[in-house]
Amino acid sequence: MKIKHSFNSDENQLQAAEYVEKPESQLKLMWETLRQNKAAVVGLFIIGLLVLIALTVWLSELMGKQILPYDPNYSDMSQSFIWPNAQHWFGTDQLGRDLFSRILDGTKISLSVGVAAVAISLSVGVILGATAGYRGGKTDTTIMRFMDIMLAIPSILLAIAFMAALGKGLDKAIIAIGLVSIPEYARIVRGSILSVKENDYVQAAKIIGNKTSRIIYKHILPNVISVIVVRATLGISSAVLDTAALGFLGLGVQPPFAEWGDMLGRARGFIFSAPYTLIFPGIAITITVLAFNLLGDGLRDALDPKSRIK
Amino acid sequence: MSEVLMDVQNLAKHFVIDTDFLGRPVTVLKAVDNVSLSINKGEAFGLVGESGCGKTTLGKILVNLYKPTTGKIIFEGKDLTALDEERRRSYCKDIQMIFQDPYASLNPKMSIGDIIAEPIIINRLLPKSQVEERVIFLLNCVGLARHQRNRYPHEFSGGQRQRVGIARALAVEPKLIVCDEPVSALDVSIQAQVLNLLGDLKEEFGLTYLFIAHGLNVIKHISDRVGVMYLGKLVEIAPKRELYANPLHPYTQALLSAIPVINPENKKERIILEGDVPSPINTPKGCRFSSRCFKEMDQCKLNEPAIKEVFPDHFVACHLF
Amino acid sequence: MLLEVKNMSTEFKLKRGIVKAVDDISFTIDKGEILAIVGESGSGKSVTSLSIMGLLQKPGRIASGKILYKSQDLSKLSPKEMQKLRGNQISMIFQEPMTSLNPVWRIKDQIMESIMTHLRLSKKEALARTIEMLDTVGIPSAAQRANDYPHQMSGGMRQRVMTAMALACEPELLIADEPTTALDVTIQAQILELLFRMREKFNMAVLLITHDLGVVSEAADRVIVMYCGKIVEEAEVRSLFTHPLHPYTVGLLQSIPQIDDDSDKRLYMIKGMVPNPLNMPSGCSFSDRCDHTMERCTKESPELQRIDGHKVRCFLYEEAREGD
Repeated sequence: MKIKHSFNSDENQLQAAEYVEKPESQLKLMWETLRQNKAAVVGLFIIGLLVLIALTVWLSELMGKQILPYDPNYSDMSQSFIWPNAQHWFGTDQLGRDLFSRILDGTKISLSVGVAAVAISLSVGVILGATAGYRGGKTDTTIMRFMDIMLAIPSILLAIAFMAALGKGLDKAIIAIGLVSIPEYARIVRGSILSVKENDYVQAAKIIGNKTSRIIYKHILPNVISVIVVRATLGISSAVLDTAALGFLGLGVQPPFAEWGDMLGRARGFIFSAPYTLIFPGIAITITVLAFNLLGDGLRDALDPKSRIK
Repeated sequence: MSEVLMDVQNLAKHFVIDTDFLGRPVTVLKAVDNVSLSINKGEAFGLVGESGCGKTTLGKILVNLYKPTTGKIIFEGKDLTALDEERRRSYCKDIQMIFQDPYASLNPKMSIGDIIAEPIIINRLLPKSQVEERVIFLLNCVGLARHQRNRYPHEFSGGQRQRVGIARALAVEPKLIVCDEPVSALDVSIQAQVLNLLGDLKEEFGLTYLFIAHGLNVIKHISDRVGVMYLGKLVEIAPKRELYANPLHPYTQALLSAIPVINPENKKERIILEGDVPSPINTPKGCRFSSRCFKEMDQCKLNEPAIKEVFPDHFVACHLF
Repeated sequence: MLLEVKNMSTEFKLKRGIVKAVDDISFTIDKGEILAIVGESGSGKSVTSLSIMGLLQKPGRIASGKILYKSQDLSKLSPKEMQKLRGNQISMIFQEPMTSLNPVWRIKDQIMESIMTHLRLSKKEALARTIEMLDTVGIPSAAQRANDYPHQMSGGMRQRVMTAMALACEPELLIADEPTTALDVTIQAQILELLFRMREKFNMAVLLITHDLGVVSEAADRVIVMYCGKIVEEAEVRSLFTHPLHPYTVGLLQSIPQIDDDSDKRLYMIKGMVPNPLNMPSGCSFSDRCDHTMERCTKESPELQRIDGHKVRCFLYEEAREGD
């Protein structure tokens, strides 16, 4: 068929260009936008640092080497309540354990709980939300009412209730926190799907013959994923906080494991006599949560195609 | 002489808005109510009406986005409404759609080449090695350049995006394309380009169109026959020239008269309809146009007029005839 | 003369560069006159109206020029002073009535707010005037409908409500930005008819912004055609449609499918697309799409000239003049 229409102003382009432009990398664009957000970069940097610490500690444990200045679980009562000094940068706690080592050790616990819990909430939440959003009708109502029931109970109480049923311990804490956050992800995914579903391009996908599963996978989810990623990032920070809360209440990680919330909880009585036993775990929690929040906010802007630098 | 490609028989689409506590429908929106029309092979059937008349709903039923409440759709002799889901879906190779909003009809996360390739791939129309060539061919057909294949929709203007949508519809080599107001959202000068393109493609590929629009001027240019809808019902069908020369239904006359005339020399007396377009929810008895009709008679509020052939190939639903 | 815009330029400071949305335009509106500004997307017509009303948002700003309303320069007024004029002496109606009306306020409250702010009437008087206004714009059972919320009304009614709101204080100038674009053809006819009645009743001037040449033909006295931020032609309506001068105007008129056009031939198309404002062609901004481009057109930018009662910005006519 002859080319009757040439609507490009530069008609030479049409004939001369035999090559096809390389696809513009969407990831590269996102990175560019993210880079411009200083706060997000700071958050990313801090998270990187934390991950590095956690990995280093964990690997060295696996290999049997001691990389921390002191054994975080080694208790020497004669060394208890030492204020921060050259030997013990953060001081020692009531059982004579070096706080600096414990805080670093706690990094790996907090991060792994955060990520694992979000992984649980995400996977279950996305499936439930996607089903409810796409199917609609009775399926939607049933699922969302159940989610509403869960949401009606304050998350901490719900977590405690789960823990009471499951028992204490780190792994149980992960499951409890994971379960508690399922409704949020279900809601977000459902909402995003509802808003995307009515778009013409989804209808077009149906008309050209796509099966339902492929429509959700290829057309709806890619447009919804940015919302999920942002929520998951922020979710890690709230999971860290929840872990700390459970630990503070004595329900999460059990001694002698070094978990920031647990450390905070046990140091309650020493707020005036040895405030550093509270301050450092508190700062650790705050910085971690802040870092994930900053990154999450930055990601939200970077992934929103409207605000991207084009 | 010309064979019928698609025969729509007594098609109705009702949406239930409210139910009572037993689940019985209380408020019903009759978006399409007992519409029958036939589209001949190779023709462009223009369907015109204002918002709420049901033309878009009708178009969506034809492409299987909605299931009709009652009625039949006979395509090339086969009753589509009687088919199961999978077999109905296989007809997507024959019936396609072009959408109104170029900013919403393309997946922002896919390159335009992939958007056009998708229907070919999922319907397994060509071996993998030949798909790309066909994509480039389609791009050229609609006037876009090969080197733009990997670009994303947001990098194109409205008119160009609309062309991508047309290429996508063409990809499966359909017999019938439902064009749902394809130029309403475009600038005037681009409208002309796209209308010409649609006309050319129809010639080249022997397509059949159901062209939906809300303005009688756009329809006139591209249609062979025209149907006018009002509140879910077809009120008039006629060949193009006949309809514009001799509109019978008062609504058609008002529609024609309401179009602003470009040439100030040709100013004529305008029919200004009283009142607003009523809601298609719980429609009144009798003729649906009676509340705004300037030729209303007594029986108009009591009985619904049936559609009948008043002149050769010219049908009207009005008590005046 | 009610409004005089003198050499106004509006620009937007973007990361990629400065976009001149409106480039050195000048026009006047007399009392009781309906002036239409016609253009497609990117022409600068909406930005013009926003500039006049002082509704420009960052990063837009009026770079130069004057907007003289009754000898006051609007571009120099403080936001507070501008607020006194808006809704009172200069009013505006927009394209999308649903998003221009506050969905959580009743219709009557929205209109009364404007009246009470500007005319200092009591609540009772304001309500009476509101109902009177709604009646004037053709809302049936105005007294009851005044209590409705925007979502309870149809598009056409909402547009009328917005018109009532704009006219409540009897402004001298009404700026209507695409007032009928989102409406059905039959409702469009009603709204235009309403504008005429209002013009008669209040001797109000109207600045009508639209891309629809049909609307212009029906409603306007004079027309300005804008392209890429500049005025390319200005004339009386009749004159513009019977003998358009600028190639863009000619192209536009030819490319519109006409009811009375009986032939089945292809529509005339203006080739190419509206250029990217950051990447304008050198010389005349229409040069890459024009059928009559000469060498000069790609090098220099033509000025606005007076020919045959029109103002045109095109070298075709400069040549003609020089040839005399």
